Amino acid sequence: MYPEHLLYTKDHEWVSVDGEVGTIGISKYAEQSLGDIVYVDVPKVGASVKAGKTLGSVESVKAVSDIYSPVSGEVTAVNEALATAPEKINEDPYELGWLAKIKLSSHDELKALMSAADYAKYLEGQ
Amino acid sequence: MLKTPLNETHRKLGARMVDFGGWDMPVQYSGVIDEHNTVRNAVGLFDVSHMGELEVRGPEALNLVNYVSTNNAAKLKIGQAHYSGLLYEHGGFVDDILVHKVADDHYFLCVNASNQDKDFEHIVAHNKFQCEVENAGPRLAQIAVQGPKGPATLQKLTKTPLAPIKYYHFADGEVSGTAARIARTGYTGEDGFEIYIAPDQAPRIWDELMEAGREFGVKPIGLGARNTLRLECCMALYGHEIDASIQPFEAGLSWIVKMDKGDFVGRASLEKVEKAQSNRKLTGFTMKGRGIGRDGYEIQVDAANAGWVTSGGPSPTTGQNLGLCYVPVDKAAPGNTIQIMIRNQPVEAVTAATPFYKRAK
Repeated sequence: MYPEHLLYTKDHEWVSVDGEVGTIGISKYAEQSLGDIVYVDVPKVGASVKAGKTLGSVESVKAVSDIYSPVSGEVTAVNEALATAPEKINEDPYELGWLAKIKLSSHDELKALMSAADYAKYLEGQ
Repeated sequence: MLKTPLNETHRKLGARMVDFGGWDMPVQYSGVIDEHNTVRNAVGLFDVSHMGELEVRGPEALNLVNYVSTNNAAKLKIGQAHYSGLLYEHGGFVDDILVHKVADDHYFLCVNASNQDKDFEHIVAHNKFQCEVENAGPRLAQIAVQGPKGPATLQKLTKTPLAPIKYYHFADGEVSGTAARIARTGYTGEDGFEIYIAPDQAPRIWDELMEAGREFGVKPIGLGARNTLRLECCMALYGHEIDASIQPFEAGLSWIVKMDKGDFVGRASLEKVEKAQSNRKLTGFTMKGRGIGRDGYEIQVDAANAGWVTSGGPSPTTGQNLGLCYVPVDKAAPGNTIQIMIRNQPVEAVTAATPFYKRAK
């Protein structure tokens, strides 16, 4: 349910780090809590984002949820496929359902994030 | 938190539960879109036991019902039901209700869950007709069996012939051996029934309905799909399209107001409104720009505040993002461009004819 190679936030985002670039998405827990996702709003390429601040939003049939960026940096890519197929987040939250790629401004911020094991423990308390 | 007799049943079925006006209710089971489509194409079961029921009895029952509600209950035949409104003196809604005529001296009202105590007190306060008014909610559970396969599903469990019960009619009969009021009403735009039964029978009847509907692909349906289904048909939801600050004409509900039937609570205020005309009107909208207009979002015309979204979201049947909103009367006709403020950004929408969905006869 919670891949080992990802880092997680308390707001249920994940980040996968490859060198200078972090790929961001929402966790299985978030996807299941939201239910059918019908709309995704992400920033434009080139936008700068801050860790803990709003990166965008995802909407289910019932509700809107903000997505908070796990890291600070510059958006280098967004998942264009979600504009027409937002359900990819439900179907595959860790691969096809990624939201954005961010060029990290600081690797130090990653220390504040949870490992898969810590995140699973955190969810037990939810 | 208040619980219906089916609370355990929902939990066993894996429902996600939410606090709905103080009631612990299922919001979804398999997913809102899947549940929505199941009701449009096959049959779904809804636990609507949280809804309130009031019984009005006495020789002057008709007079009381007609005095507190806007529609003309004198037109109802025994075994017939209609949609109506309870109004305050100032013309705003106390609630919207279904009135069933059980006998000349007996009417049965189905009212909204969160309004049932308020409705009861309102009716009692206007009971100058020596009627007996009973809050029957605690001794009734209610299950809605909705969808094109609803009648076939329910018929398996009852000897009461369902075919002769026309839309907005009901019969007092039985379902699987227990006394039931069986009404061909609903909040989905599909064919189907709402049955009123004793609470202790509800879990058994629910399970038997699930079994009876299995061949049609029956599923339990939560409040999420209940909302998308009613929104496509543009049926009002109290607290959204109507409330104490909204009167029936602006909500497009003049068809349930019979001004010529005699006096009723709120009539004097409506008479003034009828002459003066309201400056806002409920209308449909569909999104043109990217985004979803949702409940409470501001509407702008020419960059100025012009109204608000009462209910909005994605429509599984039409595939559009749509909803209902209040706008100035001169913008209410279909085809007017309006802006919906989504997270402080204006997004284009166009007013649209309602309802968005009507089932094929």
